[in-house]
Amino acid sequence: MEKRELTCIQCPLSCRVTVSGEGDQLKFTGNQCKQGIEYARQEVTNPTRTLTTTIATAFPDFPLLPVRTAGEVPLGKIFEIMKVIRAVQVEQRLKPGDVILEIIPGTDKALIATADMCEGVSAVVVK
Amino acid sequence: MHTDVLVIGAGPAGLAAAAAAAEHGAEVLLVDRESRPGGILKQCIHDGFGVIRYEEKLTGPEYAYRDIEAVRAYGLRVLNNTFVLDLKQSVDGFSLLLQNPIDGAFRVDTKALVAANGCRERTSRQVFIHGDRPAGIYSAGTAQNLINLHGYLPGRKVVILGSGDIGMIMARRLTLEGAEVAGVYEIKDEPSGLTRNRVQCLDDYNIPLYLNTTVTRVHGTKRVTGVSVAAVGADLKPLPGSETLVPCDTLLLSVGLIPENDILEPLALEFDAKTGGPVVDQRMMTSVPGLFSCGNATHVNDMVDYVSESGFNAGRAAANYCQHGGSQGSVEVVSGNNLLYAVPQRLVSGEEAAIYFRSDKTIDRVILVAQAAGKELFREKYLRIRPPEMQKIVLQPLSPEVESVEIGLEEVT
Ligand SMILES: Cc1cc2nc3c(=O)[nH]c(=O)nc-3n(C[C@H](O)[C@H](O)[C@H](O)COP(=O)(O)OP(=O)(O)OC[C@H]3O[C@@H](n4cnc5c(N)ncnc54)[C@H](O)[C@@H]3O)c2cc1C
Ligand code: SF4
Repeated sequence: MEKRELTCIQCPLSCRVTVSGEGDQLKFTGNQCKQGIEYARQEVTNPTRTLTTTIATAFPDFPLLPVRTAGEVPLGKIFEIMKVIRAVQVEQRLKPGDVILEIIPGTDKALIATADMCEGVSAVVVK
Repeated sequence: MHTDVLVIGAGPAGLAAAAAAAEHGAEVLLVDRESRPGGILKQCIHDGFGVIRYEEKLTGPEYAYRDIEAVRAYGLRVLNNTFVLDLKQSVDGFSLLLQNPIDGAFRVDTKALVAANGCRERTSRQVFIHGDRPAGIYSAGTAQNLINLHGYLPGRKVVILGSGDIGMIMARRLTLEGAEVAGVYEIKDEPSGLTRNRVQCLDDYNIPLYLNTTVTRVHGTKRVTGVSVAAVGADLKPLPGSETLVPCDTLLLSVGLIPENDILEPLALEFDAKTGGPVVDQRMMTSVPGLFSCGNATHVNDMVDYVSESGFNAGRAAANYCQHGGSQGSVEVVSGNNLLYAVPQRLVSGEEAAIYFRSDKTIDRVILVAQAAGKELFREKYLRIRPPEMQKIVLQPLSPEVESVEIGLEEVT
């Protein structure tokens, strides 16, 4: 592997951690504590992120529904996943946590709604 | 129409204030100009909200949903699509002129008023940019609104001026939606947003961040065709000969937020030039008795958890004010060495107080010291402190003879 420089985000010190070496012979420098090694190892072997985006709905008053992956998915697959979920349209009014796709193809994670599409707190007419 | 506590703004600050006031027995009216509650969180679809309050990384809408459900459970009166047009003090509180499409313009009288109306983005008018005013220049928040709530992509090739959090988050968002982000240009020598956002929004997608660099000119007459960027010297002025052209069709400005308090102007209250918001005590009371301020209207927060905290404090205090009256605490908080600002600026004696502060620069190994008349009240060590990351400490109740508390950061030598 080529040398890689990462910023550890486990604490405010933000150490620049340099990773070199291969397989289980990875070498770490620049980290000021052990957490930095764990972070950097994960980042160079299998970085994962929660993907948040929006999908189209059938409702003109709520045209886009914010969604996220239920858990982290591989960073390298994000664009692939975007392609899959861009094709999905929501036909029902959903609430946060409602499942849109049980399994996003190519992952083992679900796609869930993050916003409430139902009426907001209703307006009460006053005079 | 009458109420005990009227809350302006149904963002996280206002939702918390409304719930807390109701919990403490007040009759509450919550007013927001938008059609749905949640405030700016509605468009913040990324995750990272609620880390302190829930120990979870929620998205903005998920975070708002929990507070909206709480407000719903209290059965509070909520007026959506309703603007606060004007307000003034009255004999027993405040009189507000409101307007909405159903009721037209109408007056509401309230004993206590909570201003939870949020902040607004600085614009290019405040950060001066030379050139014509072609289409294609947006604030980062406007772009966030267009993409996340309306599904419009503001451009195909984008330059971002300023490394604020919203700008970095939009760099990632635009990339995911198929636009190309040519770069983020920051005049200072370090990003103005959180490190986590630099790593997960820019580094993850190989979006370049140019420090000590700024946009000097916008090209294009009808639509942006490109921007000139230049390196800056220590005086933040462009270095002659360093200018280069970056072709793009869109420029996003992410150059900071300021509390928005125009609506309070008729009340002639005391403001803090450092925060841009009203001077408050730990109950979030302003210099006008019965007027409370919370959330980003008081000072710009980077953590929504602290916004909610201030809302709960303001709501509880507003309900108590309806029963017992009272006025702002008189103990002065002086923000000293290496501090950008500290909030609250006043304290009520005999009550615990959380103090939120920012350093004025990045400093390694510092000690925060709070003292009154030479006596140390509190001390805490920090390995590194950065202006974008607001810090919180809790002071024990002050004894009645204390007149001022000074807090400052001392470098460890
Ligand atoms: C564009 C933008 C993006 C942001 N993104 C992030 C982010 O990604 N992460 C983060 O942690 N923080 C973000 N922030 C900071 C964010 O504002 C706070 O975390 C938090 O949401 C502030 O809550 P609030 O309740 O104080 O204000 P807001 O959420 O802004 O709520 C204020 C409410 O007051 C209403 N209002 C204002 N004036 C009136 C009036 N005259 N009459 C009636 N109603 C009125 C508004 O409609 C709004 O609903 C962002 C801020 C902005 C401006
Ligand atoms: S390596 Fe350790 S000290 Fe350095 S940033 Fe990571 S957690 Fe903090």
